[in-house]
Amino acid sequence: MTVAVRTTERVGRPGSASGAARRRTGPAPWLALPALAFFAFFALVPLLGVVVLSFTSWDGLGSPTFIGAGNWGRILAEPLTQRATVLSLVVVLLSVLFQAPVSLLLGVFMAGRQRYREVLSILYFLPLLFSSAAVAIAFRSLLDPNFGLGAAIGLDVLSQDWLGKPHLALGVCLFVIAWSFIPFHALLYQAGVRQIPVQLYEAATLDGAGAWRQFWSITIPQLRYTIITSTTLILVGSLTYFDLIFILTQGGPGDATRILPLDMYLRGFRSFDMGGASVIATILVVVGLTMSLGLNRVSGSHRMESQQEGL
Amino acid sequence: MSRRRVIAGSIGMLAALTLVAACGGGTRPGQGGTGTDDGGGADGGGASGSTVATAWGLTGGVNEVLYKESLGWWNEANPDARIGLEFFANDAYKEKIRTALGAGNAPTLIYGWGGGGLKEYVDNGNVVDMTAETANLVDRVLPSVAAGGIFDGKVYGVPNSQSQPVILYYNQNVLDEAGVAVPTTWEELMSAVATLNEHGVAPFSVAGQSKWPYLMWIQYLTDRVGGPEAFQAVLDGEPGAWSDPAFAEALTMIQDLVKADGFVSGYGSIAADANADQALLYTGKAAFLLQGSWIYSSLKVDAPDFVADGLGFTTFPEVTGGAGDPLDIVGNTSNYWSVSATATDEAKAAATSYLDTIVFDDDYTQVLLDAGGVPPVAGLEDTIAKADDAEFIGLAYDMVKQAPHFQLSWDQALAPDAAQELLTNLEKIFLLQSTPEQFVDAMNKTIG
Repeated sequence: MTVAVRTTERVGRPGSASGAARRRTGPAPWLALPALAFFAFFALVPLLGVVVLSFTSWDGLGSPTFIGAGNWGRILAEPLTQRATVLSLVVVLLSVLFQAPVSLLLGVFMAGRQRYREVLSILYFLPLLFSSAAVAIAFRSLLDPNFGLGAAIGLDVLSQDWLGKPHLALGVCLFVIAWSFIPFHALLYQAGVRQIPVQLYEAATLDGAGAWRQFWSITIPQLRYTIITSTTLILVGSLTYFDLIFILTQGGPGDATRILPLDMYLRGFRSFDMGGASVIATILVVVGLTMSLGLNRVSGSHRMESQQEGL
Repeated sequence: MSRRRVIAGSIGMLAALTLVAACGGGTRPGQGGTGTDDGGGADGGGASGSTVATAWGLTGGVNEVLYKESLGWWNEANPDARIGLEFFANDAYKEKIRTALGAGNAPTLIYGWGGGGLKEYVDNGNVVDMTAETANLVDRVLPSVAAGGIFDGKVYGVPNSQSQPVILYYNQNVLDEAGVAVPTTWEELMSAVATLNEHGVAPFSVAGQSKWPYLMWIQYLTDRVGGPEAFQAVLDGEPGAWSDPAFAEALTMIQDLVKADGFVSGYGSIAADANADQALLYTGKAAFLLQGSWIYSSLKVDAPDFVADGLGFTTFPEVTGGAGDPLDIVGNTSNYWSVSATATDEAKAAATSYLDTIVFDDDYTQVLLDAGGVPPVAGLEDTIAKADDAEFIGLAYDMVKQAPHFQLSWDQALAPDAAQELLTNLEKIFLLQSTPEQFVDAMNKTIG
């Protein structure tokens, strides 16, 4: 309830609190209707459908039969689901730890004025243009132990059983995911850094601050909301990674890379346990929403104060 | 602008939306939309006549040629009852057909592998009993192969393609260099492994990343050790059926082979869909490859010189003291056509008439033979002797014809959820991540 109250307050701030709603200028609220209809039809209806399905037993062929909470008890107790959950958390954590710093540094570099910066920026940007299916297939061929990159250039270090050993396979997946998504986050940071007023740096230079000090005391605090946006995207995104891992390993070897979204898919469309898959889908929605809302709340970004007061 | 007009506009927009959504979800295969291949018929396109039925097949290889040609004949002869044909990739098809069946959007002719998958369709009433309509076709094919589509004496699926036994391929040049003879027993196989490793060449290639090639090993070994009864008990749903000692023994033998470096290094990263397992064989990096008869045609394309000189093929070795008949084979008995229960009577009539009159008649069988496939039809010895690949087709044909038991691939024979569990657990056996006991425990839980 508190959330709703606060939202109205915020919207009403420009006018007087009581009459704001009636005297609102700007487009009529009706114009939001098509978008809302789209959202309801393509997001809310399927979502509700999945929640309903999670209480049924359905193999995709006959008609679903209602079995109450049976699926929930079964799926939550299964060791496979528990392993997938832990693995998902590991993937989320490692993705953030790896992608966030690298994107930040790349973004800061790309926003600078160094020589060759533009050429390098284009190179960094390239992975964003490729479809993830193509990326996964290309990496799978490159990593082939007998006919891949290692064999081609004669480097035995590269001829590992990359996708066939559990820990290696997970590492490879994390690397390929990072390789594909870092350009996007670096772009966010580049835009963020470009918006920092140059006076701040000039003043800091006059005060005798070095590059390191300027980075920590100006760049990082000024990038606060960019960091939150980017990290939220990495968090929620890594919770639902699917295509890259699916093509690279199909969740294998064994179940070493079977994270929750993959588990959901394999249950639904390989084992045809639609009820069980819906349980996992529902869990993913709840966890994803909680995570992004929580991050917003903890970071205080829902207040979105100006970072440049007094300039 | 009046508020009323805005409301009216919004309502119109909503109506349009619903319509768009309805169209998006409702492209029924029967309506012959874009991407429909009208059977590659002689007159191409559907300018005259009408398409009353549809068929979904799989891309690639012998089958694609076979279905295109034979449906072309049908469409030419029956312009008013044409059968449209669409192709899909293997994995995509398996998921699509299930959703289509569940939504009542299935094609008239449903492509399948028989076994557990077809049984589920039968139990759900998705496919029709066509015992009477296809009697002539069932007469034409080998009974052991026709059996894959028959449940309780009723025909729900009829064979439409080659029989695909799993064959032991080898590179004769590699064997000669290492001085190794083609193994006929498991002991000889294990000693060949040791000799080949001493010569610095990998004994067996296997596409572990695809998981299903592992099945061929456990299927053959279980059958050689304990006969077909062990797996039949699993199919019959007997509690604890995986505890049959034949399974544990076969798994132990597999792990012995793994520990003896029987498989090429990095086999867990090799994918079958890139044909990398075959490449290891014809580049001489591995001496043997256990694979289905279907890879012969791609070997011919990728390594014609090797097929002409160096490629050898034989049956899986015996296991001394084992209960199974060494003539037993495993693989895909055939592919099957079933007819959808939701099809119109007109479509059903066209489909069954095509099956009964054209499939596995002399012309159809010849097209299959010319493409290098093994037709599941009796009395073809003389025809095969004249074929281009007489040696290979002859071996595969004899294997199919003489086999006392032809075991359908387990991932097709079992229900989908048990099949997935099997593939995951088997992969862990090959990677030495779990023991035979753990495998047996995990698989027993899938019964009941």
